[in-house]
Amino acid sequence: MRRVRLGTVLLYVALIAGALLSLFPILWMISASFMPTGMANSFPPRLLPDHPTIQHYRDVFTRLSMGRYLVNSSIIAIVVTVLSLIINSMAGYAFAKLRFRGRDGVFRAMSAGLVIPVQVAMLPLFLLMKSLGLINTYWGVIIPSMASIFGIFLIRQYAISIPDDLLDAARIDGASEARIYRSIVLPTITPILATLAIWTFLTTWNDFMWPLIVLSDERRYTLPVALASLVGEHVQDTELMMAGSVLTVLPVVIVFLVLQRYYIQGVMAGSVKG
Amino acid sequence: MSSARAQIAAKTPEWRAGRAGWLFIAPAITLIAVFFFLPVGASLLLSITDFDLYAVANPSNVRIVGTRNYTDLLQNPTFWLALKNTFYFALVGGPLTVATSLGAALLVNAKAVRFKTFFRTVYFLPFVTTLVAVAIVWRYLYHPQYGFLNYALGAVGIHPIDWLGDPRWAMPAIILLAVWKNFGYNMLIFIAGLQSVPEDLYEAAALDGAGAVRQFWHVTLPNLAPTFFFVGVVTMIGYFQLFAEPYVMTAGGPLGATTSLVLFMYEEGFRWWRLGVAASIAFLLFLIILVWTAIQLRLERRLAA
Repeated sequence: MRRVRLGTVLLYVALIAGALLSLFPILWMISASFMPTGMANSFPPRLLPDHPTIQHYRDVFTRLSMGRYLVNSSIIAIVVTVLSLIINSMAGYAFAKLRFRGRDGVFRAMSAGLVIPVQVAMLPLFLLMKSLGLINTYWGVIIPSMASIFGIFLIRQYAISIPDDLLDAARIDGASEARIYRSIVLPTITPILATLAIWTFLTTWNDFMWPLIVLSDERRYTLPVALASLVGEHVQDTELMMAGSVLTVLPVVIVFLVLQRYYIQGVMAGSVKG
Repeated sequence: MSSARAQIAAKTPEWRAGRAGWLFIAPAITLIAVFFFLPVGASLLLSITDFDLYAVANPSNVRIVGTRNYTDLLQNPTFWLALKNTFYFALVGGPLTVATSLGAALLVNAKAVRFKTFFRTVYFLPFVTTLVAVAIVWRYLYHPQYGFLNYALGAVGIHPIDWLGDPRWAMPAIILLAVWKNFGYNMLIFIAGLQSVPEDLYEAAALDGAGAVRQFWHVTLPNLAPTFFFVGVVTMIGYFQLFAEPYVMTAGGPLGATTSLVLFMYEEGFRWWRLGVAASIAFLLFLIILVWTAIQLRLERRLAA
């Protein structure tokens, strides 16, 4: 009996130590963002501000105009999420449930794309965007993310379990394919749509390399691109950079914490089958 | 039932289903073809040209140079350094991340633990954060004078380390950040795998007198093998594409110690506008990932047999 209890205690010690390590950088970031200028660079390092200040948050919006980057990031992430949900769910459903000639061939060819690293496409994609006049525009960031092979896979895997009889019954009643998709398919696959929506929002918000390439005018920067550029100039202003980091991380953390039930279940379910 | 289905087939001509199918996939496959497969193909062409700044201004300046970009790369010390760094990051960071994920999954999934959801959420949190932002946070944690890491190490008598300024320590520092950032995702997948191991296997092993350690080796690990390979393949593919961490934390330095293949590609392509050279780097990376994944899949088949 005593051995079991000791084991349990050790288990909790390890779990709590792990939780502290996971949270420490995030908590320190938040704490340092409220410290008066210079306090984050002191020895010994400080955990909490003596006199918390919101000055750096004011500066982040006024001096660094990060409000604009927040708007840019929000517009891009929301538009990508909405459009890609529609486009990927239509395709995923069709690959799962509609019978048409060439379906399996197209699906196989598309799947092969999963092993190609995205960086291979980036150089010609830049030239393509340049010739379309989309460099430095929201659309330059949005368009390449509107359809995703991974997203189509996820939807297809889920939509396969929709009973054929349900769809065929609707067809007998004279429903059009568009109507069936809207009133039967979409309500049935809502759980996986939720997972994909959160996944898409988070990855688009956090995406760095492609926005860095396609956005060269700083008025169009997304938060990560702006942050990476600002840190060069303001590397000494630790507290200010921490306020900028909080502003960048906070929206995705909130989205995750509020919707984590859908997200975590989706990641676990999708991966095991995949 | 089957007669009803036959009736439907007669009522809805095949062309209608076919047209609907193609209409439904048309937006997605058009976008993927034009904005992914077309550029991938074009990239191969680009890699056999001398596409540079002059060609960006006026495409008629492009000449075909055959395999020269590739042969030049093989003689370029920066390429070999980037290759070495990328393998260092992937071969050390990848297994470390997978091991951390498995450890965390075992802890969170242990029977005696309550508040499982809480710990799972906390461990997963770093994964959803923005890499650029947390890389900046870690830059300060790694500060040689004021950073918390050296302060903590100082408490156990270790002298301050210039984490990001010392060529020997810069890559370990980036690996540590990557493990912290990424282990939560694999942990979720391991938890799902652990929960799918049938409970009676453990009961049978316990009846045979197997302790916790032997149960882990003889029940947990063999049943987790498919999960292991999935996690291994996905993690390694991602880690070969190392970019944002060195871009934000070290700009590839010090002395090129953290220049990865993708960072090298980015610099060649978008800083010096040598798009031909950059495209050949991208293709070599693709080749490396392809070969590595094939090796892992073969290993899986051999171990499964």
